Amino acid sequence: MATTTATPTPAPKVNRLGLPILDYRGGKTTLCAGCGHNAISERIIDALYEMGVQPERVMKLSGIGCSSKSPAYFLSRAHSFNSVHGRMPSVATGALLGNKTMTALGVSGDGDTASIGMGQFVHLMRRNLPLIYIIEDNGVYGLTKGQFSATADIGSKLKTGVINDLPAIDTCSLAIQLGATFVGRSFSGDKKQLLAMLKAALAHKGTVMLDVISPCVTFNDHEGSTKSYAYVKEHDVVLHTADYIAGGREIVVDYEPGSVHDVELDDGSHVLLRKLDVDYDPTDALGALRIIHETADRGEFVTGLLYVDTQDRDLCERERLIPTPLAHLDEESLRISREDWEKLMQ
Amino acid sequence: MATGDVALGQQAASASVHDASKRVVNDFSIQVATVNGSGSQSANSVLLKSIFGMGIPVSGKNLFPSNIAGLPTWYTIRDSKYGYVARKKEIDILIAMNAETAKEDILSLPSGAVAIYEDAQNLKQYRDDVACYPVPFDKLTAAVCPEARLRKLVKNMIYVGVIAQLLSFDMTAVEAALRRQFSKKQKAADLNWAAVQAGYNYAAESFTKHDPYVLERMHATEGKIIIDGNAAAALGAMFAGVTVVTGYPITPSSSVVEQLIDYLKKYRIEADGKSTFAVVQAEDELAAVGMVLGAGWSGARSMTATSGPGISLMAEFAGLGYFAELPGVIFDIQRVGPSTGLPTRTAQSDLLSIAYLSHGDTKHVMLLPGSVKECYEFAIAAFDLAERLQTPVFVVSDLDLGMNNWMSEPFDYPEKPLDRGKVLTAEDLKRLGEFGRYKDVDGDAIPYRTLPGTDHPKAAYFTRGSGHNEKALYTERPDDYQNLMERLNRKFETVRTLVPAPIVAQTGKSKVGIIAFGTSDFAVIESRDQLKKEYGVETDYLRIRAFPFASEIHEFVASHDRVYIVEQNRDAQLLSLLKLDLPAAEIVKLRSIRHFNGLPIYARSVTDEFVLQEGII
Ligand SMILES: Cc1ncc(C[n+]2csc(CCOP(=O)(O)OP(=O)(O)O)c2C)c(N)n1
Ligand code: SF4
Ligand SMILES: [Mg+2]
Repeated sequence: MATTTATPTPAPKVNRLGLPILDYRGGKTTLCAGCGHNAISERIIDALYEMGVQPERVMKLSGIGCSSKSPAYFLSRAHSFNSVHGRMPSVATGALLGNKTMTALGVSGDGDTASIGMGQFVHLMRRNLPLIYIIEDNGVYGLTKGQFSATADIGSKLKTGVINDLPAIDTCSLAIQLGATFVGRSFSGDKKQLLAMLKAALAHKGTVMLDVISPCVTFNDHEGSTKSYAYVKEHDVVLHTADYIAGGREIVVDYEPGSVHDVELDDGSHVLLRKLDVDYDPTDALGALRIIHETADRGEFVTGLLYVDTQDRDLCERERLIPTPLAHLDEESLRISREDWEKLMQ
Repeated sequence: MATGDVALGQQAASASVHDASKRVVNDFSIQVATVNGSGSQSANSVLLKSIFGMGIPVSGKNLFPSNIAGLPTWYTIRDSKYGYVARKKEIDILIAMNAETAKEDILSLPSGAVAIYEDAQNLKQYRDDVACYPVPFDKLTAAVCPEARLRKLVKNMIYVGVIAQLLSFDMTAVEAALRRQFSKKQKAADLNWAAVQAGYNYAAESFTKHDPYVLERMHATEGKIIIDGNAAAALGAMFAGVTVVTGYPITPSSSVVEQLIDYLKKYRIEADGKSTFAVVQAEDELAAVGMVLGAGWSGARSMTATSGPGISLMAEFAGLGYFAELPGVIFDIQRVGPSTGLPTRTAQSDLLSIAYLSHGDTKHVMLLPGSVKECYEFAIAAFDLAERLQTPVFVVSDLDLGMNNWMSEPFDYPEKPLDRGKVLTAEDLKRLGEFGRYKDVDGDAIPYRTLPGTDHPKAAYFTRGSGHNEKALYTERPDDYQNLMERLNRKFETVRTLVPAPIVAQTGKSKVGIIAFGTSDFAVIESRDQLKKEYGVETDYLRIRAFPFASEIHEFVASHDRVYIVEQNRDAQLLSLLKLDLPAAEIVKLRSIRHFNGLPIYARSVTDEFVLQEGII
């Protein structure tokens, strides 16, 4: 060992678990430089680190696509499951029923969700599985080289000049209609908003559906595309600024009364939504649907926490699962007694 | 199994109608022709269980349409003092309750058979070589059942009474079976019992018996139980400690999950009302199997049940399960072909598609139960094997076994502890320092795994399809891929030694062998007796109980000159699988006997085809 040098290196910054942010990192990304998905991975790392989530208590699940590869690029210390195209919700459902004590992060793409995975997506929303489901939404199939996905807006243009003439599927409206209990839209380029939403998501107990616009720099970042960095920045209608306040911390409100919507989450933490131009109540599903449609009609994206319901029971509660994860039950709790058996065999 | 005297039954069938002196005792079949939705199941079940209660070996088969109400349905009961439980093709006693099919039903009877039918139908005009017993069903029903809305159901009990009188049923056995059937509904039991008696009395007063068929008490069913294969599989699954159950309804598999739910609700809810299981009705079979694999990955014992169409939908996930090495149990209750038509008919025709289900080089473990007891035992074994081998395990049953009632020895309480396979805990990792998820440490090609949530910084690994090395790191290197594929192949060799071994009946006197699996077994047992009795031909017999094939199968083929593969599909699927497995010198010995009309295979079809191919006549 070398002897101590003159200037001791400062101890690395750590979170409440004493872990440095390095412990939340993953493998080196193999996605394109500038891909929105990379920025989302970074925010996921920040959120988990800042929230002090134990990495081993997380499981990552994904489908297929550039987006679905990204769980390899954050949180290496968590189990991860890169499943098949469009079917991550079912894998997540099984995994969470097996171990409901885990924090589950699902990463999908717009192709993975809104086309091949639509069937599983809608049923996931209905079940209120305690899963954070993130759509990294770029309007194209990145991994198969840039074909339109079903979230592409009418009139959006591919590099080849092809123009999309089919209506976009709005995953947020769908999720709200189907009973998802935490629905938000954000933009990979909006660090602050995305981080606050992810932190709030980690504190919510049912299904979180986050549609994060995440430009594909290689196939859909050009003039004429409605999912390019430039277009999204220009047309982002930010509903509110969101601040995440951890549970137990005193809420110091220095906003004008009436200008803040305070949402208390399951673990006692809060998101404070500071009103901007519009007066918005995120517990009003109809209002949420209205603003999504109005902004879409104007060619804009509304971002923020669109809808939240903190009361609904999640799937594990509805199934009345015992506190111990089903995966940990041993023979004794699983096998019926010999006496019961004898009665059964009569 | 007793040896058979089939010639006796045949003589009886052709005996003169009015010659009741030639008695046929405990060896005939009864068919009830009804309309589905008419509620005849209770009556048929009472009939079956009455015969069982009289100690006579009995089996019942429901041949029903894919429809809720209004189409013809046939329920066939076979009693056999020899213990044969395969379908018998000839019907000896017809109860024609369906006016639509009555003419066709009576025309299809062999000479000397019996027909019981509604008075008004005058079926006698079609056959003077059949013993006819017309019954005024509606009149008798109205007399015992004042409530018009119940008459349709109660009417069925009249035929129970009529046949009980004609065949000399022991009425204490009938009443016991009926009271048990309606155990929770005293009023219904009384009403139905009154109907049985009305039928009985009518027959006693109106008929002079002019047919040879009678039942006599035996002691061959004592200590036995009656259960359907799907209930048996459900029991096994509960015993195996299943915790995550998923399904998408499909006949003939739905009753696996339905009956399992009943058992789980009874035995696996804690005092505080909390469950040690979860059941999800999935949106389709892709989701059903995805949930199973997700749960298996997390360490839970998980299963789903389906039939052919669902198996097709599960293809992609099955391959992922194989490559990523995920445990899960899939019950396939086989039925005939795709979509509308014969989904409620039986077959053994999913074998090839399951064996190599999915894309890429995949192959799967199949357990092939041949009795309700094996449905139970293989269900338990499947969960152990899935976790031991870390791969999806398919339990391949069929409609005939799954949905029909069968006699069985009682099942055994499992003495073997659960085998949860190679799972490393945080303590193990502390000791080992690290692990390679896909590394063959023990030489059996089965790697070690960790479960999500294992509290150790080196516990996690990344699960994906084809592209992974021993440490579960992403790779597209040719050597990594080839190593993986070769290890998976070696793992399959380990599987051969762990799956249920075949059952061999070796006479030591024969150069001719028969191989079958699943429900073909019942017909083969009877056919071997026919061959011996009628043709003096001894055969050896091997019943396959799992894929990949155990080494005994090779030895069996090697030690015979000709081996007949009996199965219920058109394309000789089992034979095809054997061809892929056996050396060329053995392949040439294989011959094929197939039955594929949607109805269960029967012994005579095997015997006739065997005799033909052997050139015996
Ligand atoms: C069953 C199946 N069909 C097709 C594909 C090919 N495929 C791979 S990724 C992909 C689209 C991914 O698009 P998206 O989910 O939007 O992810 P992105 O790459 O844009 O992040 C497709 C069609 C596949 N892997 N599996
Ligand atoms: S192709 Fe597009 S989506 Fe895929 S990594 Fe590159 S930028 Fe991202
Ligand atoms: Mg995309």
